[in-house]
Amino acid sequence: MNDIVIQAHELTKKFGDFTAVDHISFEVHKAEIFGFLGANGAGKTTAMRMLCGLSHPTSGSGSVAGFDIAKDPEKVKASIGYMSQKFSLYGDLKVWENIRLFGGIYGMKTKAIASKTDVILNHLGLMSEKNTLVRDLPLGWKQKLAFSVSIFHSPQIVFLDEPTGGVDPAARRQFWEMIYEAVDQGITVFVTTHYMDEAEYCDRVSIMVDGRIEGLNTPAQLKQETTSTSMDEVFQKFARKATRNQD
Amino acid sequence: MLRFLLEKEFKQIIRDQFMPKVILMMPVMMLLIMPWAADQEIKNIKLSVVDNDHSTYSQHLIQKVTASGYFILEDISSSNAQALRSIESGKTDVILEIRPDFERDLVRDKKSEVMISSNAVNGTKGGLAGSYLSSILADYAQDININIGLISKMSTTLIQVMPYNKFNTYLDYKVFMVPALIVMLLTLLTGFLPALNIVQEKEIGTIEQINVTPVKRILFILGKLIPYWVIGFIVLTICFVLAAVVYNLTPVGSLLTIYFYAAIYVLVVSGLGLVISNYSATMQQAMFVMFFFMLILVLLSGLFTPISSMPDWAQFIAQLNPLTYFIQVMRSVYLKGSGVINLIPQLLKLIGFALFFNSWAILSYKKSQ
Repeated sequence: MNDIVIQAHELTKKFGDFTAVDHISFEVHKAEIFGFLGANGAGKTTAMRMLCGLSHPTSGSGSVAGFDIAKDPEKVKASIGYMSQKFSLYGDLKVWENIRLFGGIYGMKTKAIASKTDVILNHLGLMSEKNTLVRDLPLGWKQKLAFSVSIFHSPQIVFLDEPTGGVDPAARRQFWEMIYEAVDQGITVFVTTHYMDEAEYCDRVSIMVDGRIEGLNTPAQLKQETTSTSMDEVFQKFARKATRNQD
Repeated sequence: MLRFLLEKEFKQIIRDQFMPKVILMMPVMMLLIMPWAADQEIKNIKLSVVDNDHSTYSQHLIQKVTASGYFILEDISSSNAQALRSIESGKTDVILEIRPDFERDLVRDKKSEVMISSNAVNGTKGGLAGSYLSSILADYAQDININIGLISKMSTTLIQVMPYNKFNTYLDYKVFMVPALIVMLLTLLTGFLPALNIVQEKEIGTIEQINVTPVKRILFILGKLIPYWVIGFIVLTICFVLAAVVYNLTPVGSLLTIYFYAAIYVLVVSGLGLVISNYSATMQQAMFVMFFFMLILVLLSGLFTPISSMPDWAQFIAQLNPLTYFIQVMRSVYLKGSGVINLIPQLLKLIGFALFFNSWAILSYKKSQ
């Protein structure tokens, strides 16, 4: 198959003596939802930051959208969208201004930005909030907006770092509907989470324990392998192997 | 792409609760208040007189001292010990003691002595009080045209020195201070604000969303730099207007020359601010480091004290201080009317500093760890 959009080979990140990510290897296919599971401190975010070109690998290699993450991080960045764990749109800019800023940074034309902004805000039901400062939006809406901004420039891949942290189940459901819509447009989704019900929505999931990938398969097969009835049980069985302190 | 970044920065600055007020209020407050308060001329020195003579001559002398405008006659003590106590309690700053036979000695021996003791806890004030008093005494000696054996044995002057202070004829301290204050304001505002800017984005977390985009480092830094450049122009304009309206002080040279040099100088200071911001993890860190550099910039630049009277090592540091060159430009344009032609070395040095700090700012902005 030649539809591999993310490839990691023995990817490692050390901070001094501490190995945050320990020789991980995997591949992600186009238009796949790839779940990245792990306890807090397992190394999910560090791994994701390397793939996004935000962090240099200590050793190993990886490519995203056909570009080497160590040699061409800026080309990687042009092909991806990213939504961080910490909400990071500008609170003191209005909804449309945030969209315009990031659209502009990714090289979109002003007119294209303006028309697409209206389409997206209508779709999200946020048209009435177009002129609201982002800091005044409720958390659930902020996260929907952050996701929309991260795929606004039509990237090949979008990286989502615990996108639904802190929002209610109804908002989480709506959020996943948005993820499915993105996949329908051909966008590959790489998502970290520690909600096990969300793991069920993924095409394949990997489970990280102490910086290593201990399990990688479809949710159904992972359950079979570990003779579990739910992803929660699967996760418990893997997480038990952890020796690292959870923070 | 730069356009979008600039739009963002300007909107953020204008929407800030605090920033537009600082940018407008700080120049106004500083220029209205400081030239009066930060006057190094010392006035209102509290004088204690011990007149042991009680003669016409001693009365004349006391009158002359109090009429000078620098001294306030706070008390007349009967003994030196009593006068010393009033200095100790902080009531007075300087004692003028006139000996018992002051008048008799003057008339008979054509010479006499007085004693000046000043409180030197505040060294500047004590020293100046002493020297003011001595020069009044010298004047007095001339008036009565006889010698007075003073601390500094003055003789009747045969050659009269008539000092003429070129470019600031009346040695008006405000004329000297206002250009210095303008430089300081420009340095403070366009240095501190960028120093806090990038690090603030780090604290809020928005920098991460920028770092994951393909934005060019030079564009990001330009996006941060240009707003402070504009702010520098606004501050400078407010200052010029106030200096002209309040102190009737307009530069002898061209305003355009000052704007031209300020444009380069702001890039220097803002570049330094951005470098500090890039290396800082928190706003407190950036603040303290910037404060450290601000003190060096201001105190080792000749802004308040002449460089030529500093020790060699301090003079060396002053040579590496961009503010040294900008204050030279400011004073020579304001007071002497110099043009760019007269200030080529300063121009080249400021351009050098601007290139140095801004290249460093671009290189030290790391999009990946």
